[in-house]
Amino acid sequence: MISFIARRLVIMIPLLALLSIVSFTIIQLPPGDYLTTYIQQLEAGGQVVDEAEITRLRAQYGLDQSVYVQYLKWMGGIFRGDFGRSFHWQAPVMDVIMDRLPVTLILSFSSLVVVYVVAVPIAILSAVYQYSVFDYFATLFGFIGLAAPDFLLALVISWLFYLLTGAMVTSLFSLPFRDAPWSLAKFVDMISNVWLPIIIIGMAGTAGLMRTLRATLLDELGRAYVTTARAKGLSESRLLLKYPVRIALNPIFSTIGWLLPALINGGVLVGIVLNLQIIGPALMQATLSQDMYLAGSIILILSVLTVVGTLISDILLAWLDPRIRYGEAN
Amino acid sequence: METTETPTSGPAKPESSILTEETGEHVYTASQWQLMWWQFRKHKAAMIAVVVLGVMYFLALMAEPFAVYGPTQRFPRLESTAPTRIRFFDETGQFRGPFIYGLERSIDPETIRVTFVEDMSKIYPIRFFAEGTPYKLLGLFPMNLRLVGTDPDGPPIFLFGSDRLGRDLYSRTLYGSRISLFIGFGGVFLTFFFGITLGGIAGYLGGTVDEVIMRIIDFMVSIPQIPLWMGLAAAVPRDWPVIRTYFAITIILSIVGWGGLARAVRGKLLSLREEDYVMAARVYGARPRRLIFKYLLPNFMSYLLVSVTISIPFMILGETALSFLGLGIQPPAVSWGTLLRDAQQLTVVAQRPWQMIPGAFVVVAVLMFNFIGDGLRDAADPYARI
Repeated sequence: MISFIARRLVIMIPLLALLSIVSFTIIQLPPGDYLTTYIQQLEAGGQVVDEAEITRLRAQYGLDQSVYVQYLKWMGGIFRGDFGRSFHWQAPVMDVIMDRLPVTLILSFSSLVVVYVVAVPIAILSAVYQYSVFDYFATLFGFIGLAAPDFLLALVISWLFYLLTGAMVTSLFSLPFRDAPWSLAKFVDMISNVWLPIIIIGMAGTAGLMRTLRATLLDELGRAYVTTARAKGLSESRLLLKYPVRIALNPIFSTIGWLLPALINGGVLVGIVLNLQIIGPALMQATLSQDMYLAGSIILILSVLTVVGTLISDILLAWLDPRIRYGEAN
Repeated sequence: METTETPTSGPAKPESSILTEETGEHVYTASQWQLMWWQFRKHKAAMIAVVVLGVMYFLALMAEPFAVYGPTQRFPRLESTAPTRIRFFDETGQFRGPFIYGLERSIDPETIRVTFVEDMSKIYPIRFFAEGTPYKLLGLFPMNLRLVGTDPDGPPIFLFGSDRLGRDLYSRTLYGSRISLFIGFGGVFLTFFFGITLGGIAGYLGGTVDEVIMRIIDFMVSIPQIPLWMGLAAAVPRDWPVIRTYFAITIILSIVGWGGLARAVRGKLLSLREEDYVMAARVYGARPRRLIFKYLLPNFMSYLLVSVTISIPFMILGETALSFLGLGIQPPAVSWGTLLRDAQQLTVVAQRPWQMIPGAFVVVAVLMFNFIGDGLRDAADPYARI
């Protein structure tokens, strides 16, 4: 087990180095850089941009250097804990991220909880009572949840909410708190606004999880060991929870690592539609305006989380399922 | 729906289907494709989905006669009108056949908001096979016949309402289905090509080659998908012609998908390689090429078919999301995603909820592909249940 983890850790190092290069390259792909976009905006607004000013800004941001020098400088900074400056926000990248991290994490964690609390019992019930009315409703809900793009769900649900209550979800915070620093009052205010986004973000995930879980459970319920256990007189609920459900949860653990990047990345589109102050929309905006250190840093963090997450789920799987553990040892 | 979730890897269910219904000798002599078809036929949802998608693709190809107006035709002074009410009875309750009233435009003096009221003084009958603006059917045959329309002097008919520039949303949704429904195919083809080739090489050769290809895939999968899409799509110049943008988006969408397919193909090949019948073929001297194409490939062809069907809706959703963000197809080209872009803000949706209608088409299309995928998955391995 230890050698398995160690081997995976060694592979991770070159992988992360490559990922950092790719993150940086993705941002560089669109033609031009942040300044050209910025100047275009200024000129579109009818302002005259001074040539000397442009050169000065270019030198200030280090944009006059070649790409690999920029990359090396950025990487060097990261090892010292400095992720660079965001052009758009005129602030260190870390500050921009940290500013949004609490809300992002609260939103993601709570929608995850919603996903599991809703999906697992529904899936178990609809697998056990297959072809019942309940199962059909769950299946219908699952299919629609899977087929509808999450931003569309966000639109429809918040529109319905508007029709019913006349209130519009346009931000996580009520007006007086929007630009206020964090305080207990602001937190309470957020809690009162946050439940609708949580439901929306959770819904798509719930549908997917429910479908997989139900399918695996149905697979397991037909197996001989279930009949054996039943023949030996094990009570139905114990039998169900102890064996088939445990196995059916396996795919969940194999994808639990993917949740880690999803915590940060989740709800990009929902965030844009509902105007949420989370990291996803900021990443989107940064990518578009080529705010390269901000976008690059977020992508890098996401990549690291993906890699670490995959490792965690592999370890979890090996720990939970002896078949995988011994297979790996041989 | 009966067969939606039947096990594919589990132990055989003895009472199952093909033998009980398709009794007789012909089951044993039928080809695998025939067995698959018999099994697929029983999946009602999938059969309905085939019909629905057939209609949708037909409408996409033949959009012009079924649309009422051209995709960019504007009706000034009729911006943001709600779907036109089609009536059968006039004010006195007399049956007049399908007709519509004209719209009276007025501005609320207090809110300065434009409102439309039906002008009941004159009725305009809906004409079938009416003469409308000229177009070329399939880009070849010049015609001007539209399935429905009003007389030239009548008010326009907006089945799904009009957008903020006074364009007919119904017609635009039909034209938009061309890009949205067909975007899947190019992308799937590319995904397939890379997936099968690389997965096939890795699985068949094994060893170092396998290790290298698998590491590349691990790497591709670790790049977060949405930023990758956004970065790549942002790199597509805005002023490219529609066709080129379309292909660029297709390629971007397929970059993400091939890794999973390659992994699956490799896994299948690795396990099939160890099967007795492959060993038997090898023992009596089959060459690698014959082995791959005659014995290995047909064995998971059905699996590939399933994975194609379930990857098309991902492509449709991907295009919709990218275009919704303004990164995909660019106006004046229309796709469901660009149409939904008008519904990006909740404040807009609150005023013009009909702008969400193209979203319903996305949901239906994706749902139907999922049903077909389900049916195919059950049918894919006809021997599994005997």
